[in-house]
Amino acid sequence: MFSYCLRRTLAAVPVMVVVALFVFLLLRLSPGDPAAIIAGDMATPAQLDRIRETLGLNQPIYLQFFHWAGELLRGDFGTSLMSNLPVTQLMAQRLEPTVSLALLSIVLSVVVAVPMGVIAAWKHGSLIDNAVMSVSVLGFSVPVFVIGYLLIKVFAIDLGWLPVQGFKRISEAGFGPFIRHAILPALMLSTIYIALIARMTRASMLDVLGEDFVRTAHAKGASETRVLFKHALRNAGVPILEVIGTGFALMITGVVVTESVFNIPGLGRLTVDAILSRDYPVIQGLILVTSGVYVLINLAIDLSYALLDPRIRYQ
Amino acid sequence: MATPFSRRFSAKRRRLLGGMTMVALLSTCGAISSLAAAPAEANTIRAVMHSGLRVLDPITTTAHITRDHGYMIWDTLLGMDDKFQPQPQMADWAVSDDGMTYTFTLRDGLTWHDGGQVTAKDVVASFKRWAARDGGGQMLMDHVASVEATDPATMTLTLSSPFAYVLELMAKPSSVPLFVMPERIASKSPDETLTVEDQIGSGPFKFVADEYDPGNRVVYEKFEDYVPRDEAASWTAGGKVVNVDRVEWINMSDAQTALNALNSGEIDFLENPSTDLLPVLQANPELTIDKINELGNQTIGRFNFLYPPFDNPEIRRAALLAMNQTDVLASLIGNPEFYTPCDSMYGCQTPLATDAGAPDSLATGGGTEAAKKMLADAGYDGTPIVMMQPTDAPTVSPQPVIAAQLLRQAGFTVDLQPMDWQTLVTRRASQQPPSEGGWNMFFTNWYIPEVWNPLVNPMLNGRGKDGGWFGWPDDAELESMRNEFAKATSDEDRKAIAERIQQHAFEQVTYLPLGEYSVPAAWNNDLSGILHSPVPVFWNITKSE
Repeated sequence: MFSYCLRRTLAAVPVMVVVALFVFLLLRLSPGDPAAIIAGDMATPAQLDRIRETLGLNQPIYLQFFHWAGELLRGDFGTSLMSNLPVTQLMAQRLEPTVSLALLSIVLSVVVAVPMGVIAAWKHGSLIDNAVMSVSVLGFSVPVFVIGYLLIKVFAIDLGWLPVQGFKRISEAGFGPFIRHAILPALMLSTIYIALIARMTRASMLDVLGEDFVRTAHAKGASETRVLFKHALRNAGVPILEVIGTGFALMITGVVVTESVFNIPGLGRLTVDAILSRDYPVIQGLILVTSGVYVLINLAIDLSYALLDPRIRYQ
Repeated sequence: MATPFSRRFSAKRRRLLGGMTMVALLSTCGAISSLAAAPAEANTIRAVMHSGLRVLDPITTTAHITRDHGYMIWDTLLGMDDKFQPQPQMADWAVSDDGMTYTFTLRDGLTWHDGGQVTAKDVVASFKRWAARDGGGQMLMDHVASVEATDPATMTLTLSSPFAYVLELMAKPSSVPLFVMPERIASKSPDETLTVEDQIGSGPFKFVADEYDPGNRVVYEKFEDYVPRDEAASWTAGGKVVNVDRVEWINMSDAQTALNALNSGEIDFLENPSTDLLPVLQANPELTIDKINELGNQTIGRFNFLYPPFDNPEIRRAALLAMNQTDVLASLIGNPEFYTPCDSMYGCQTPLATDAGAPDSLATGGGTEAAKKMLADAGYDGTPIVMMQPTDAPTVSPQPVIAAQLLRQAGFTVDLQPMDWQTLVTRRASQQPPSEGGWNMFFTNWYIPEVWNPLVNPMLNGRGKDGGWFGWPDDAELESMRNEFAKATSDEDRKAIAERIQQHAFEQVTYLPLGEYSVPAAWNNDLSGILHSPVPVFWNITKSE
């Protein structure tokens, strides 16, 4: 098991190197000039040149790359061209909102979607099954921002129960204010994942419910709950886990719309801001970190396969 | 057929579970509603400005949000009142009889946020940094022999040649005001942006570095040691009396979210509500909707003078005749209550406002046929006009679309190229031919104080490729008239020269002024004392309990 982990971890290193190189080159090849953005409307070409020189943007690209790579090896992601703050500080400021929102959303998605999928499979072809599948199709089809605005209209504006925007950190404000601000964004964010996980759970469960061992379990007199959740769900778990893991990674990197609608200062908004202002060090740092998150989550999923299904361990 | 599971899950247990679920749901709702929106703290103003603050140096950048940030924490040497007159702010002044020496004397009680007195050395360093970066300041420096601290409270500015616009330039509210910074900070090159640690001023608010989240949130606290002037506040002049403990600027990228937040009382002030959402705000009796910046903005089109076809003045004139300000403004703003066609390059509510040289068709159109004829006479060969259209900035996105259509109707061939604003900002700095990554035409907007006289209006700069603004007209006659304007001492003379400059600028079609607009701000009725000013300021405001 240890060598399996080690091999998978080492395999991630060349992936990260390629990502770093690509991100750096793509940014330098795309149009945009941070100096022009900093200087604003009044700048003359001579002033722009001087600012470029101050920022080191006049150097050859390979020198800029080696400089950045050297800093990376020392664990330094560089300094934002716009705010002059360390990239690590900017990412740290935005990490908690995104991660806590993604965690809440994924918990919400799993708690709602897995039972939905299990029940739909158990009641295959019934009204409940059709209802679950209809909800699932709706979850896929309705754009998330529409769901967000509807939630705001009902729960924040009409009922006045919840704030219309903003975010409170658990670390500063405690769990109550956090949940009050995060519950609507989490609902919005989890809609599509509830749909996805419910469908995947239903499909996997349908495959498994027809297996011999399920019939055997029934024949031995095991309760329906035990058959469904202990025998069938565990055997149907690998594809479900993959969807949940990938969903979590997508949430970390794909929360831009949710963060905008609810004005949450997370990594998604930081990424968009950095791209719009061509803040190269911030974009590079963010993409490297999110790539790292993907690699880690995939590694965690692979390891959990081995826990769920011993056959994978022996291969 | 009932399954063993459903039989075991008896009706009684289902009822029990259902009841427990309801109790849990109700208690969750109760808990949530008991935490319902906490009212904004009485002495904190929560404001959503027109954009997020990212660059902290109001000298290096001309971004308006950074200028507004500058007014919070740095004081200005002079202020400007609503009569367009320079007024003392940190310093009073005296001018020698020959008009060649200006002496500025700091008032008492000026201290930095980190302690220590403001001195003339700080002012000299700040003046030099400002003058190295600001267009008006650079022009002033061409006429300056020396600027020095002659004693701890006095700065003396000696001219080398007559220049009568010193005070107006030093007092101008936008886009690069003369903010006074500590000498150690102002000694930095203007090409090197200030850091969080450099946010030390002597202004009415202090920057709270620990709570700064670039692009998201910036917090200011009242500077208790600030001594305001005795005069009533007017624009950036007069007493900057702070009546609140704290101001928070929260960036909201989504217009609907900002509107919801204001309507629900989660924020107090919204600087720049979307015009199409204004009716929703106007329907709320708890809100005030009013124009703070009554002078508004000017929207403009600019040609590249370096390459065909706009290196030909006849073709530029044909383009001017093809324009229709009303069409452009209607597309940009929509509601006629918030826009006005205007023939003046200096803004229509300013002392220099004039319609000299403007064609009759500019405001409402009707010049298409004349434009066609002029274009044919000029020998236009159908060279496509590379027109840059930003698609991600609502305030500059519609103008190119309308202008392209107006030009096509007059016989131009237009290559409308969509791009994001930052790409446009980069590309417009290119002096390459349009076919090699250059351009022929783009559009932007200006605060009226940034165009209200020939010295600050960047489009009236005729210094060409090396010293001019994007488009780079090389116009010695224009420069000569600007110098004449800088030396004029009476209002009558200035007005007459400004008219001649505008006449010339319309003949040469230095740029296309496409009218004015002014969008109101919205705020909670708990706020009072909000100043009408070309820049949003947070002194003088009271928030009721």
